Amino acid sequence: MKMRVETEDDLVAFLRKREAPVFVQGGGTRRLGAVAGEGIDTSGLAGVRIYEPGSLTLVAGAGTPMAEVEAVLAGERQRLAFEVPDMRALLGRDGISTLGGVVAAGASGPRRVQVGAARDHLLGLRFVSGTGVLAKAGGRVMKNVTGLDLGKLLVGSHGALGVITEAAFRVQALPETEATLIGPRGLAEGLAVLRAALGTPFDVSGAAYRGGVALIRVEGMAGSVAYRLRALQDRLGGDWQVEEGAISADLWCGVRDVTAFAGRDGVVWRVSVKPSDALDIVTGLEAEAVFDWGGGLIGLLCAPDVDVRARVQGRGHATRIRGDAPGPVFHPEAAGVAALTRGIKAKFDPRGILGPGVLG
Amino acid sequence: MDMPKPDARVLAARDSILSKLRATLPGGVIDDPSETRAYECDALTAYRCAPLAVALPRTTAEVAEVLRLCHRLGVPVVPRGAGTSLAGGSLPTSDCVVLGLARMNAVIETDYDNRYIRVQTGRTNLSVTGAVEAEGFFYAPDPSSQLACAIGGNIAMNSGGAHCLKYGVTTNNLLGVTLVQMDGTVVEIGGPWLDPAGMDLLGVICGSEGQLGVVTEATLRILPKPEGARPVLIAFNANEVAGACVADIIKAGLLPVAIEFMDRPCIEATEAFAHAGYPDCEALLIVEVEGSGPEIDEQLARIKEIALRHNPVAFRESRSEDESRRIWLGRKSAFGAMGNIADYICLDGAIPVSELAHVLRRIAEMSVEVGLRVANVFHAGDGNLHPLILYDANKPGDLEKVEAFGADILRLCVEVGGCLTGEHGVGVEKRDLMKVQFTDADLEAQLKIKDVFDPDWLLNPAKVYPLAVTASRRAG
Repeated sequence: MKMRVETEDDLVAFLRKREAPVFVQGGGTRRLGAVAGEGIDTSGLAGVRIYEPGSLTLVAGAGTPMAEVEAVLAGERQRLAFEVPDMRALLGRDGISTLGGVVAAGASGPRRVQVGAARDHLLGLRFVSGTGVLAKAGGRVMKNVTGLDLGKLLVGSHGALGVITEAAFRVQALPETEATLIGPRGLAEGLAVLRAALGTPFDVSGAAYRGGVALIRVEGMAGSVAYRLRALQDRLGGDWQVEEGAISADLWCGVRDVTAFAGRDGVVWRVSVKPSDALDIVTGLEAEAVFDWGGGLIGLLCAPDVDVRARVQGRGHATRIRGDAPGPVFHPEAAGVAALTRGIKAKFDPRGILGPGVLG
Repeated sequence: MDMPKPDARVLAARDSILSKLRATLPGGVIDDPSETRAYECDALTAYRCAPLAVALPRTTAEVAEVLRLCHRLGVPVVPRGAGTSLAGGSLPTSDCVVLGLARMNAVIETDYDNRYIRVQTGRTNLSVTGAVEAEGFFYAPDPSSQLACAIGGNIAMNSGGAHCLKYGVTTNNLLGVTLVQMDGTVVEIGGPWLDPAGMDLLGVICGSEGQLGVVTEATLRILPKPEGARPVLIAFNANEVAGACVADIIKAGLLPVAIEFMDRPCIEATEAFAHAGYPDCEALLIVEVEGSGPEIDEQLARIKEIALRHNPVAFRESRSEDESRRIWLGRKSAFGAMGNIADYICLDGAIPVSELAHVLRRIAEMSVEVGLRVANVFHAGDGNLHPLILYDANKPGDLEKVEAFGADILRLCVEVGGCLTGEHGVGVEKRDLMKVQFTDADLEAQLKIKDVFDPDWLLNPAKVYPLAVTASRRAG
């Protein structure tokens, strides 16, 4: 059963009276864990409202399909810089990904190491809280320190605080070209070479390791890309193969969407750690691992009984993004942080109707 | 500007509070009026108030002790980094304890392999870069007060700088903090990994202007230094044309580290002061790009191609360190130059880049109507304006006139889709304008966060929000 909303007013009226649990659903392509209650379908809150290519700004309704956002931006040779993953193959879903879902999930891809995550590119948003109050956070300008940066709290909150109705993003011009260095390396050497690449001034926009191969991406103007490819090879040493253009882009779609684990049995974890801890965390663990963000983001495919959290404990966190296993989907937080999270949840959704069990 | 009436109970208990404070922090408490004078104001010097006392702890544990004591006694606390706020972010109240971070300036850890540094937050911005530059790294946010300002203040205000067009502001370069809440609770948020485990508390703490807690330690992202940098100077015969050129550079996908804009009043004042040899023009841009020599050439060739389409009256490429220095000389002396010819207040509104020409035209019209001169020097790439309104501080009534004009300019910024402050913060300066930008419901959502972190509303009182909006909470 799903409740479709057409306007912010609909949503305000609905949530004010609502007593039973609901969950927000854009296209349902990146939802984590089980859901309870009725779904709120935001596809009616769609459409690009403001797009100013010269200001690098896009404002759109939360229900706007990502495909539409991407097409509008591509028309001006622009994009969302944080490289939104498409989780459908990995999670076995077939919905239509929406802008609001991207915000709620804080979905960010390989370029995070260079330009930041969804939260870094969000300029502002509008949302309706669990008590049915419409509020805005931030705005649509690049620099804004007016009041609390509430928008960041909604990014990655998975619908626990309110229903996002509109979001404003800073966008980025498409680079002239991209290229990837591909180097077969053992695990320890491969992870070390990613960190070394990120420590150079050559503006690396992707640093991943999977299937015994280190991948290092640079983007920009043709002359600059050629120069940095040479400089990186000189600095890092060893054998490298270079792929450019569409072949390079395809490689990074695979990293971004964790296609290595799509359609395969097992529980999938997303582990966030200090890059140099990655090797120790996966060594001896009964799991297949892929690495992004220079080793700081680990994707794990394993059996339900593998205790990933015990391995990560104190060194970062692990979210179970697919499959059932003992323990909660989100990493349990330390007492002080958990108390703050619970307190915030109680303020914005005092009746606990928004996705019960999700964050706080 | 109104401030709330000091708490009479606190003032009456002054001696007992001070003795408890001294027992809690031996050697770290200042209460002699001649010594607390230095803490009466920050860089917004128009407003001053002597605090009850100043506490200067050295560790997170000491900060927690001081806060726990003040919380128990119901004493408000005003956190202070280096006191360089332009918005009165650390203006004391007479019933408060100023908690200064000045003695907390240690580097706790540097990790080049994972590219971060962990520092105590009293450390100055520039000395963070100082700690890592020998290894070829730097800390990117570079507010113009970077020699003096503390990282704790940078985090409180989410400070930007000239290079944030490429590198982002503080929030984009902050990985984790140790936060002490008003009741003395110490929480660790974030760490040397890139994303939060749950809600992005770090995101809301950064830029919270000392409303949520005292940040005592911070994990900051450090970056490898670029191989080189070079500026160009482009002069135009109209602000509109300079504005259009900025939009075209950005749209072309070039990512200069800085695009600075100066208008005629500012150019003339800096020429008279610094003799940088700037061309005679209505507006000029300084555009700086980074990389290796050939990369810089490639970017500047593209920028030149774009600029020439706008018929500039001059296009100067730097060919040496000395020429680069001369191009930056006028810009870097702009504030000193303005201070040399008049008193001024510096505004900090931000607007969509597309509104640049319109807003500059309106400001010029308003300037004529009000009879106060305005000079503009700002970060054009991200639409962060810094109109300087010139006046005579010795002329009775001028300050009020200037503040009213400033408020009108900020209203204009909000009207065109912008905001009241791009990097200086709200503090007390823009507190009473918050309703121009936010509805009651928007503000209430923010106050709810404060309720969670500081339920007794003792931290940094009377800042950020209009007094009427927070009255019931502060009374509680």
